[in-house]
Amino acid sequence: MSDLVFTDQDFEAEVLQSRTVVVVDFWAPWCAPCRIVSPVIEELAKEYKGKVKVGKLNVDDNPNTAAKFGIMSIPSILIFKNGAPVKTLVGARGREEYKKEIEEILGS
Amino acid sequence: MDKLYDVIIIGSGPAGLTAAIYTTRANLKTLIIAGTVWGGQLMLTSTVENYPGFPDGIEGPDLMMAMRKQAERHGAEVVELNFQEGDFSKKPFEIRVDNQTFQGKSVIIATGADTKWLGVAGEKELIGKGISSCATCDAAFFRGKNVIVAGGGDTAMEDAIFLTKFATSVTVVHRRDSLRASHVMQERARANQKIQFIFDTVVLQINGTDKVTGVKLKNLKTNEEKEMDIDGVFVAIGHVPNTMVFKGVELDEHGYIAVYDRTRTNVPGVFVAGDVHDKHYQQAVTAAGFGCMAALDLEKWLAESDSVAEQKT
Repeated sequence: MSDLVFTDQDFEAEVLQSRTVVVVDFWAPWCAPCRIVSPVIEELAKEYKGKVKVGKLNVDDNPNTAAKFGIMSIPSILIFKNGAPVKTLVGARGREEYKKEIEEILGS
Repeated sequence: MDKLYDVIIIGSGPAGLTAAIYTTRANLKTLIIAGTVWGGQLMLTSTVENYPGFPDGIEGPDLMMAMRKQAERHGAEVVELNFQEGDFSKKPFEIRVDNQTFQGKSVIIATGADTKWLGVAGEKELIGKGISSCATCDAAFFRGKNVIVAGGGDTAMEDAIFLTKFATSVTVVHRRDSLRASHVMQERARANQKIQFIFDTVVLQINGTDKVTGVKLKNLKTNEEKEMDIDGVFVAIGHVPNTMVFKGVELDEHGYIAVYDRTRTNVPGVFVAGDVHDKHYQQAVTAAGFGCMAALDLEKWLAESDSVAEQKT
């Protein structure tokens, strides 16, 4: 898979220090709704390539980042701008809803 | 692109997918409006032990993927988009989805039901911050914590048992003095030492700013109110049928779709299956059964209305 995977180790550099807006899908393999969101995230990653960083973070393997941002429900999609989360979307949503939120933040 | 279908099925739970298996095998051109989050309630459950044919149980999501594969193998088309509205006054019926319109000679409404939330102060703000309706998704975030489960049915028992894998203690808060859950699930929950029960009690309020820190409970018999420190609230008090977007389709006095003559709605050619009209059983296997019934009734109706149309021409 060519999609972007974030970890506890690279989260600071890849997300918090990123110059672009970053979309992070907090997920785990045992979460069924996460499996529905995953392909949508992959599509968005392609669509926004070069404009917005879109990737996934496995909360099982990266508990520190999940805890740091208070993730208690997955899937949770967090959108980061200038090193801080500016939007949190809890639960599986549709592609259009994610796009709308991304566009809003890009335009702000 | 030809967007006229013999049948459009709205919903992709056991009712919708079973209906699709039957309509496609009857050689009807079938479209499933699956929703962006497809698969229905079983996508949020762990092991399903009461669906026949799986002696060791089957994971809810695995069951749904298998049903979907079966429907697709017989030729059902699936769009993972959300239903917006249906115009049931025109023939063929028009179903709007995002920016597209699909036409169907007939429709099966199988949109199921969604989590019924508590509707108390603090709840909306704290969903995802300690309040959840999906124990299998979120239990792992409550390792070493104390949680409550609101509800007294099978889902509440299942959630409570699942949560004990992670949580230190699980308290089931139920509004009545006895559980609604099946005997086997009650026994299992009662035998689990991590699970306690509080009866005759409802959650009045959920406390916390960044995350859940406690709840206010009220005993319905004594009217006594008390605060309880808690890290998580899992809501399993039942479901509400997804009916609000079907203009022209009659509902019954409880808000479910009104059924005439087995699986018909008040609109000829619009059929209904599963939890969106069933307030009695609400099981995966009954939903699948209703899906089959709707498909068979619809097949007959289509054949009759086609032959009427032929006689007219």
